Amino acid sequence: MRKGYITIRSSAMSLSVQLHKRLILLFLVLLAVVAGSMVVSTGIGDMYINPLDVWKAVLGQGLPDHILVVQTLRLPRIVIAIMVGASLGVAGAMMQSIIRNPLAAPDLIGVTGGASLAAVTFLTYLPGLYSIHLLPVAAMIGAVAASALIYMLAWKRGVAPVRLVLVGIGISALISSLTTMLIVMSPTIYAASSAYLWITGTIYGTSWDNVLSLLPWTTVFLLLAVLSVRELNIHQLGDDIAAGTGSAVQRKRLLLLGICVILAGSAVSMAGPIGFVGLLAPHMARRLAGPSAGSMLPIAGLLGGLIVLLADLVGRTAFLPHDIPVGVFTAGIGAPFFIYLLYRTRNAR
Amino acid sequence: MESTSIGISNPWARSAGLLILGAAMLVFVGLSIVLGATKISVQQAYDSIVQYDSTSNEQIIARTTRVPRALIAAAIGASLAIAGAIMQAITRNPLGDPTILGINSGATLSVVTAITVFGIGSMNVLVWISFLGAALGAMSVFALGSLGRDGLSPMRIVLAGAAMTALFGSFTQGLLVMNENGLNDVLFWLTGSIAGRSLESLSSVLPYLAVSWIAALIICRHLNVLAMGEDTAKGLGQKTIAVKIIGSIIIVLLAGSSVAVAGPIGFIGIVVPQISRLFAGMDYRWLIPYSALSGALLLLAADIMARYIIMPQELPVGVMTAVIGTPVFIFIARKGLNK
Repeated sequence: MRKGYITIRSSAMSLSVQLHKRLILLFLVLLAVVAGSMVVSTGIGDMYINPLDVWKAVLGQGLPDHILVVQTLRLPRIVIAIMVGASLGVAGAMMQSIIRNPLAAPDLIGVTGGASLAAVTFLTYLPGLYSIHLLPVAAMIGAVAASALIYMLAWKRGVAPVRLVLVGIGISALISSLTTMLIVMSPTIYAASSAYLWITGTIYGTSWDNVLSLLPWTTVFLLLAVLSVRELNIHQLGDDIAAGTGSAVQRKRLLLLGICVILAGSAVSMAGPIGFVGLLAPHMARRLAGPSAGSMLPIAGLLGGLIVLLADLVGRTAFLPHDIPVGVFTAGIGAPFFIYLLYRTRNAR
Repeated sequence: MESTSIGISNPWARSAGLLILGAAMLVFVGLSIVLGATKISVQQAYDSIVQYDSTSNEQIIARTTRVPRALIAAAIGASLAIAGAIMQAITRNPLGDPTILGINSGATLSVVTAITVFGIGSMNVLVWISFLGAALGAMSVFALGSLGRDGLSPMRIVLAGAAMTALFGSFTQGLLVMNENGLNDVLFWLTGSIAGRSLESLSSVLPYLAVSWIAALIICRHLNVLAMGEDTAKGLGQKTIAVKIIGSIIIVLLAGSSVAVAGPIGFIGIVVPQISRLFAGMDYRWLIPYSALSGALLLLAADIMARYIIMPQELPVGVMTAVIGTPVFIFIARKGLNK
């Protein structure tokens, strides 16, 4: 056993992770930053509440006004931001390992496109027919269906990552033109603008119900993602080496993609396609924690949550009384970073 | 030459093929004027041009909507197909297309910005803004795709294109979400549609289109050399950079004009050159004219189909081309980019 590492192994769960002590420190520091940001950002807004009062309000003490603002208005939104961001960050990290390309994001395999198409259909053509609470369900079905379609079309004696990405880009282009068509031809301009708001990505007006319906998905699949790190590490080495180590490459890849699609899909169906988080978070995580999936995944999750939290904080406070969709800001931060990233990875294949 | 193995090898037969395509295009221009929610007889369509009678409803429709629409479809279809063919030569990538490589979305973002933020409505100004956006898109994708020691690898450029499309797309969305009235103004234009455009909007871009078409025919010889590969082309004494820059300018003018007139219409640049190669072979001197005529034909046909699917409403033609084009795209993707 190497010095400075902590090894976690369990043959029953086919789990094997070596964690550097520095990594555990990093994780704890980030966790503290996220928790701190949650408390502070809950206090910021139309009505400023200092962090201590926020904490009291969370526990149900303090002024009734504070309790109302914190418990029913701001806290669910902030919890959702963290959950959505963490899911997107981890899904992005998994995707980059599976595709073995630093530019891959869950959007590429149709998660975002499928969810958007389903959600827009729901908003423009079935308004009032079904309860609005079913919107995330529709979006989730769309996300899974689109990814399944792309996976099947990319199948040719197995699925090669390159083919998956190319087919994904083609189908996503088709889906996005269908989505725009539905918006353009929607019966009312109100339906059109609410559909447009959805496809930009927003967590405006989330409630504890939303948190509760997202919670099982996020926890179960984040856990599954952590359990899959060994397989992810093997996949990063390439199909041939992965097969050589005894991994059933195609079957395992399908499983990994499935976890990734459900994580990203559940996040997108709750918050709309918040762009670039799945791309930004894994890269920052890799810089901080190195390429090993076991160390990168948790860090990517924390960073993803932090990015969405901060972007939403800016979106809801900087342009008061307007509440700018969080997706606009993640794109605003993500875009320049992405260009820098392309430049940095210019020699990668 | 190995390239003669694909396509029609006899030059007379090739010329005849070109003539047949041209004739078919004219027939479809005619059909595009005659067919639709309001049927117009051939006689009235003819009269509307030769001896216009402004009291006849059919003639008014023919002259003010159908004729402009048919001409716009032909011009835009040809332009997008040429842009696709040139792009595929420059990037040596069968998936080269102004939509996939982020050029249309760059132009879309700039036009949406101009309309919603600055309230610009004049077509003559919008065209230039659209060029600017298309150039921005083209430059960023080419630059990002060609960094690094592998140069313009097909996979990198497609990924860079997808990423820039996502980027421009999310900015466009942001602008429209923050400005609901703006959404109303540009909604009709966002999917790519050639319905309800005036002849003036075509005539304001026609000079740029004409120049680009002629330039495309002039540089196609050089594209043949470039298509052999960067190193070979350099070895044969070609200034590859110059050819690439001129080609890119042509692409920007063609795609930018198309977006300004019709909004983003995708996939024509992928489908048409791919099919034209079956007849014209790899020789760009034939491929460019074949692609131009087939592109016009395809957009005319797609536009006629778009009128019938959910009659009396119409589908935006951009959706039709996406539906037609995606299978071809997937066929190429499954075949693999590196032969």
